[in-house]
Amino acid sequence: MVEFTLPKNSKITEGRKWPRTSHATHVGEFRIYRWNPDDGQNPSIDTYFVDRDDCGPMVLDALIWIKNNVDPTLTFRRSCREGVCGSCAMNIDGTNTLACTKAIDDARAPVKIYPLPHQPVVKDLVPDLKNFYAQYASIEPWLQTTTPAPQKEWRQSHQDRAKLDGMYECILCACCSTSCPSYWWNSDRYLGPAALLQANRWVQDSRDEATGDRLDNLEDPFRLYRCHTIMNCSKACPKGLNPAKEIAQLKKALVDRQL
Amino acid sequence: MAELDTGMTTGATRPRPISPHLQIYRPMLTMVMSIVHRITGAALYFGMLLLAWWLIAAATGPNAYANVEWFMGSLIGQLILFGYTWALLHHMLGGIRHLIWDTIHGFEPAEREMLTLATLIGSIALTLILWVVGYLVMGGPR
Repeated sequence: MVEFTLPKNSKITEGRKWPRTSHATHVGEFRIYRWNPDDGQNPSIDTYFVDRDDCGPMVLDALIWIKNNVDPTLTFRRSCREGVCGSCAMNIDGTNTLACTKAIDDARAPVKIYPLPHQPVVKDLVPDLKNFYAQYASIEPWLQTTTPAPQKEWRQSHQDRAKLDGMYECILCACCSTSCPSYWWNSDRYLGPAALLQANRWVQDSRDEATGDRLDNLEDPFRLYRCHTIMNCSKACPKGLNPAKEIAQLKKALVDRQL
Repeated sequence: MAELDTGMTTGATRPRPISPHLQIYRPMLTMVMSIVHRITGAALYFGMLLLAWWLIAAATGPNAYANVEWFMGSLIGQLILFGYTWALLHHMLGGIRHLIWDTIHGFEPAEREMLTLATLIGSIALTLILWVVGYLVMGGPR
């Protein structure tokens, strides 16, 4: 359902301004979304000052610096710190991206950081992605075949393998889906760019034999057709993939099979 | 499909807030133009009412038609007509853009920006051309 404003318990208040470290000369200012499930308060924006001479170049470095030096309660997900795990997806400077591959200097100061948009917040920058993962599971992301399994592996030509380029690289960070206004309003019924890109990854796979069932599952006013080519997904993807284009391919596959 | 969990599970003491969305997302050309496409689409319903009024008046008789002529010729009427022309052309060009996208063309970063900008500039230019030509044909505003 379309709701332009935030519910009462989600309205953001002005938060705490944390002190600067005394001797820093090159200081970066960060305004970060905070919400603590235990203190009964609304979400707030805390202001932090980071000693840039003591901190790495990426936004994730700054978050870790704050957690180590200023406020150990600041909560966020991170793991690989090189853009392959997708854990540190968040909204930085107005767009969704990975904190580990976003340079602090590429964001306008003060750097504003929020959790992925329109998601239930577990704490601070940690969103609850249960629905997102359930949607991924619903497209049945595994090879489905009816012919007997071959002696060795399922073979695929180089040309057929190349069709999966631009899709297999997806790390399921949820940057794209949570950037999509259509997903904001209809995430209960619209699968969103990430799950649809993954759906196309299996529809296009020459080895998969469930293409018809997969397309049947998508032929629905909401699951697929809530995509209105707004393109926020393709602009957000930190891996440079193009979910909007993959969705267009799915829509075309549904038309092609009618002809 | 799993239902959206709004909290009260796994130890959360109270419902989880929803993270901000429209309020904080940086406006982008394709996103804004998608919104404008919606708004112009809605505006066209009202434009069709104007068109229907005009046709019904023409069928009713000279007096009714004169009323419509008077309103359309007034400053407010002209402004509404001008806005309707732009909404119509903008929505039409937006439709063509979506047709192109439906053929899986124009999705690369530079292409999608160019297509989107083209519909905006195109709709404004076509509207102006239409009105200038219209006034020239009529011999100036009445």
